[in-house]
Amino acid sequence: MTEENFQVIIGLEVHCQLNTKTKLFCSCSADFRADAPNTHVCPVCLGLPGALPVLNKKAVMYALKVAKALNCTIPEEGEFCRKNYFYPDLVKAYQITMGDDPLAVGGYIEIEDDAGNPKVVNLTRIHVEEDPGRLVHMGNKERGYYTLVDYNRSGIPLIEMVTEPELSSPKEARRLLNKLRATLEYLDVFDPEKEGSLRVDANISIKGHERVEIKNISSYKGVEKALTFEITRQKNLIRRGGEIVRETRHFQEGKGTTTSARSKETANDYRYFPEPDLPVIRVADWVKEIALPELPDARRDRFMQQYGIAVNHARTLTGDLKLAEFYETIAKEGAAIAASWTADVLIGELNYRDMAVSEVSGHAAEFAELIALVRDKKITDKAGVEVLRVWLDAIHKEGKCEKPAAIVERLGLTRESGESFRGIVEAILEKNPQAVADHRAGKKGALNFIVGQVMKEIKGKSDPREIHAMISEILGE
Amino acid sequence: MEDAYHAFLTQTELPQEAGTEGGILSGIRVAVKDNISTKGIETTCASKILKQYIPPYDATAVAKLKAAGAVIAGKTNMDEFGMGSTTENSAFGPALNPKDITRATGGSSGGSAAAVAGGLVPMALGSDTGGSIRCPAAWCGIVGLKPSYGRVSRFGLIAYANSFEQIGPMAANVSDCAKLFSVIAGGDRKDSTSVDKPYDFAGLKPEIKGKVIGVPKEYFAEGVDPEVGETVKAAISRLESLGAVIKDVSIPSMKYALAAYYVTCTCEASSNLDRFDGVRYGEIAPEMNLPWHDAYTKVRTAGFGPEVRRRIILGTFALSAGYYGKYYVKARYARQKIAKEFAEVLTGCDMLAGPTMPNTAPKLGELMKTPLEMYQADILTVPANIAGIPAISVPCGTVRGLPAGLQLMGRMYDEETILNAALAFEEANR
Repeated sequence: MTEENFQVIIGLEVHCQLNTKTKLFCSCSADFRADAPNTHVCPVCLGLPGALPVLNKKAVMYALKVAKALNCTIPEEGEFCRKNYFYPDLVKAYQITMGDDPLAVGGYIEIEDDAGNPKVVNLTRIHVEEDPGRLVHMGNKERGYYTLVDYNRSGIPLIEMVTEPELSSPKEARRLLNKLRATLEYLDVFDPEKEGSLRVDANISIKGHERVEIKNISSYKGVEKALTFEITRQKNLIRRGGEIVRETRHFQEGKGTTTSARSKETANDYRYFPEPDLPVIRVADWVKEIALPELPDARRDRFMQQYGIAVNHARTLTGDLKLAEFYETIAKEGAAIAASWTADVLIGELNYRDMAVSEVSGHAAEFAELIALVRDKKITDKAGVEVLRVWLDAIHKEGKCEKPAAIVERLGLTRESGESFRGIVEAILEKNPQAVADHRAGKKGALNFIVGQVMKEIKGKSDPREIHAMISEILGE
Repeated sequence: MEDAYHAFLTQTELPQEAGTEGGILSGIRVAVKDNISTKGIETTCASKILKQYIPPYDATAVAKLKAAGAVIAGKTNMDEFGMGSTTENSAFGPALNPKDITRATGGSSGGSAAAVAGGLVPMALGSDTGGSIRCPAAWCGIVGLKPSYGRVSRFGLIAYANSFEQIGPMAANVSDCAKLFSVIAGGDRKDSTSVDKPYDFAGLKPEIKGKVIGVPKEYFAEGVDPEVGETVKAAISRLESLGAVIKDVSIPSMKYALAAYYVTCTCEASSNLDRFDGVRYGEIAPEMNLPWHDAYTKVRTAGFGPEVRRRIILGTFALSAGYYGKYYVKARYARQKIAKEFAEVLTGCDMLAGPTMPNTAPKLGELMKTPLEMYQADILTVPANIAGIPAISVPCGTVRGLPAGLQLMGRMYDEETILNAALAFEEANR
């Protein structure tokens, strides 16, 4: 069998925590991450006997906003139902979710396929549901294992978005998640920087074979990793003549592998039925109240028009709300140079340090100053990158930093004209007669070698093009 | 307090709350069924699995009682989680009928009925899912009202079948029953199925003249003890002599009522009771070093009585894949049909009348032989829960020395009419 016969089919079920102030069915604060376990709880989210859920309308409004932004059809009514199963973190032994009558159906998300062409991925449905509590496994081999339960998370509102099985690669899946994240962030209904705020279940199959569900992947990178591993596993199994079993697998984040879940866990019959404690919600009127803000695609188009920047820059800058806002505050320093320094340089350096855009959001003025230094040829590009690195390290470690001009001063990176280094250039030419000869003989790269030597000597304080020109002149070319 | 009828599971006699002296229930001792949450007072639903469960909050109905000056006298015996019609399914032993202690009180609010009938308290809260207030009221010879669905907050009522049940008042006479109802009625933001329709006790007056009373023939069909039927017919004649207009009506879909009720209530119960798994309720013995699925099974098997286990299994079965459509969905259609027929009949009548129970209080143990016989005893009370309408049981004489109850069912949210009619009947019989 050849590689071409393996057509990958992926569908995603994405759960995001909505960033409402209070939980989905009670008035407990949803901002629990900094606090001790079991401090954000009440009879309702503890599922105490007799307590009743009261719907947080805001959570539904948030979900409706998402549904509208993703072009969904929103039925006039939605109905909550119970999904019954036993698990120690599930206080009522049922999760209040939505079944046959979700908040929204249909809709789509536009992404790019792996060849860079636009691709539309259809959505099946969107609904809201409550998050269960959290189990914390403790103990060790010697003293024995035990498990603690933290109900702070119990009742946090989740939005579940289900795509049709229309994705064809792990990279597409990643792009879809990025787009989704950006959209939710633009809608101000989701904080992607909160730990565990996004969880994904993925269905994946090779065309013609059974599908496998991978449960509970909790990071963007994890999704790509899990899917890549699973494709390889399935392909290898098929190549060896094996058969894919329809099953649920767990992603092992640390190892980057998936393992089969025990059959007992998958044999659940959830016994869905309408939640008798909550009336059917008529959302038709609520939908009318919703006004959508500018969304990522619209902002991308505006950036191209307003700032005259290229599509790839515009897409990167608008793919993250905080980045887009950051760019808009510094674009006045020169739209093109600001775009390139933000989308190409800054992002790379942030990723390298595993830093979030929000960490530099408050330092836009300094970044603007750095761009101005480069733009006005006060420092070279190379020195600019060096300043940026020093600046980011300081922010990352101490949460504060010097002004770029001060860094330039301290490190002596002020740009000087090539002419001021004539002596150094001549000395290096003298020290490298072979390279000069190679260059004269037409050997490519010889001149670059010399320029590199000079740049190293002068710590990048001058423009390599100027140095280049001077060498040619000295050599009488 | 001497409790010869095992009416109470817990006696409390909490002092009246400060500042409530002017309340309508000031100083009045009120008993509360043990499935209604009381802050700081053990609330067991007469189940072993909730032994030692002390709620950290008051049910809305209890909070309202306290605010009205009531003294919470204690928590009353009941069928475990409200499942039963005799109070013999209590894990802590049955309540005894004060009218004849060899007989059952009826249920599931049997402890509340016995506490009132035995003169231990003037009034009590019960809850009615399929007749649990009216049945023991009829068999113990007191007054009990099942309010319209939503008129009393269920917040704090430990759920058995959420879509049917209501907390309601039980008392020795109509006036006390109405008074207690006026305290607990009204909307509650903590219960999304509640409606804001308070009841004004000052409006209570004997009033029957000119009211049209429909008498559904199904309420006098086979299975109804002929002597009970005659006694209730005599009571209806009495109402006619007081100026009511009697009209024969029929509700054919009543034949689906019991099936629709038991399918739905067991489905809801199976889901409601799944949380009692040993993690926070019920006893997990330290030596029980088992995988959690097995530990759950052990705790639940030991913690629930046979009738509760039966209903959990029935409900779990009815909701499982492949059966949901056959049972739950069909029951929902039947409910809608029954509710519609009641509403239609009630457009031509102010209320409906019939017996509360098809017979009088059985000997202890008599109805426990087969579950089906026990279920059939609910035939005349269940329809009001399905239709969501209010229904009251008032004593209307005795049959072979035992009390019989007249049941009046009103229009949705119109407790006023049936309470006034019941008061007129009571005064005429005095």
